[in-house]
Amino acid sequence: MVISIKNLKKSFGDLEVLSDISMELYRGENLVVLGRSGQGKSVNIKCMVGLLTQDEGSLQVLGEEVKELSDDGLRALRGKVGFLFQSGALYDSMTVRENLAFPLTRVLKVKDTEEINKRIEDVLEAVGLLEAIDKMPAELSGGMRKRVGLARTLILQPEIMLYDEPTTGLDPITSREISQLILEMQKNYHTSSVIITHDMACAKITGDRLLVMNDGRFVAEGNYEDLEKGEDKFVRSFFK
Amino acid sequence: MNLKTTVWNRQFVTAGEQVYFIARFVRNIFRRGFEWNEFFRQCFIVGNKSIGLVAITGFILGLVLTLQSEPTMRDFGAESFVPSMVAISIIREIGPVIIALICAGKIASSMGAELASMKVSEQIDAMEVSGANPVQYLVVTRILACIIMIPLLTLLADAIALLGGFVASNINNDMAIGLYFRKAFSTLEFADVVPAVLKTIFFGFAIGFVGCFKGYHAGKGTESVGLAANSAVVAASLWVIVLDAIAVQLTSVIAYN
Repeated sequence: MVISIKNLKKSFGDLEVLSDISMELYRGENLVVLGRSGQGKSVNIKCMVGLLTQDEGSLQVLGEEVKELSDDGLRALRGKVGFLFQSGALYDSMTVRENLAFPLTRVLKVKDTEEINKRIEDVLEAVGLLEAIDKMPAELSGGMRKRVGLARTLILQPEIMLYDEPTTGLDPITSREISQLILEMQKNYHTSSVIITHDMACAKITGDRLLVMNDGRFVAEGNYEDLEKGEDKFVRSFFK
Repeated sequence: MNLKTTVWNRQFVTAGEQVYFIARFVRNIFRRGFEWNEFFRQCFIVGNKSIGLVAITGFILGLVLTLQSEPTMRDFGAESFVPSMVAISIIREIGPVIIALICAGKIASSMGAELASMKVSEQIDAMEVSGANPVQYLVVTRILACIIMIPLLTLLADAIALLGGFVASNINNDMAIGLYFRKAFSTLEFADVVPAVLKTIFFGFAIGFVGCFKGYHAGKGTESVGLAANSAVVAASLWVIVLDAIAVQLTSVIAYN
């Protein structure tokens, strides 16, 4: 097990976003978390990397309680966990090459220029964007930005990947490409992944197991086919 | 009562966040892996790109101060004291404060807006979750660049202001440049120059710190980018004036007693 969450609660002021969440992510698994917007899916994965801190409950990533980690401990853990933001979150003052070199030189402390360039080219080739190596983020389309974002995360060879709505805002063809890419990267880099989405095509392609979230708690669990055939009206509404 | 409590709570929380931010800044100065390239890039942005504005402001300051004070000084038969009076006023007070206020408008706002837009587009979060250190890369480099470049910009502005004073003196009179500068420097002492330079270091810190703090703690949405830039200018200007008042008091106690 690489992530274990028990009775997690998180509120913002009077608004309870996560109410008593429990889940596990197993090694090598792709776990899809489904849910409508504003149900706390992103809050859940932000807690996993310490961007937000839970109010109650236990959250262990790679055997370490995230809340109790020191700054250095948290930074070391984050080096093993990749996070793909909805927007790609590319550093817009840097080229694609510099975006990818940034974590490489600072987290893995790689200093050799040849080694840096080789790793950047390898990972860009893996996501099919080698030709964009010297472009600025502003010159890239939405799908390309997500690919570069994914490459920037994968360059650190994380054990866990967290995807925050990886296909949102993309056309169906690009969405399918990104979903296939997620699957491919899981096989090539042997990562375990949590994929937050409300895109059913993405969930079908990528998910080994699905969790459905509503009102800050999980209401259903199973694989795609089981949930599609299930009785629960709310869960079935995702498949229509 | 409830509203008052909320306002006070927010003030205390903000004050706490500022203290914590300063502590993170100080701690990260001495961490391994100082971002030299980014630091020099920020020095270039803060310094080189402000030279034009600072030079024009300095020149006009010296020119106007001389033109305004000359007639009154002439009435008292003290026209020959104009260069020293302008030099002391510019170097001790007007130069540092006006240049710091100009920099608060130009630099604090641009830092606030830049970091806020990085915050809104999740770039700072992305740096943080990648295991890199955004405070070391974004904050330390910017604040240190301000601490170093704003005193230098002020010294440059002071020199150009004296040149402006010389030009103004030559509009109605005829004065050699050597004589003008000899008179200007004749009454200047270290006690005028050193405290003035020292206080610009604090102005630089305040401008860099406020710009970074407002940007780094921006809310969500594009509106917060404008808000961060705006509040950075207001807060940085206020800090400059408050710090100047403290510096003047301290200088008069320490240097002139």
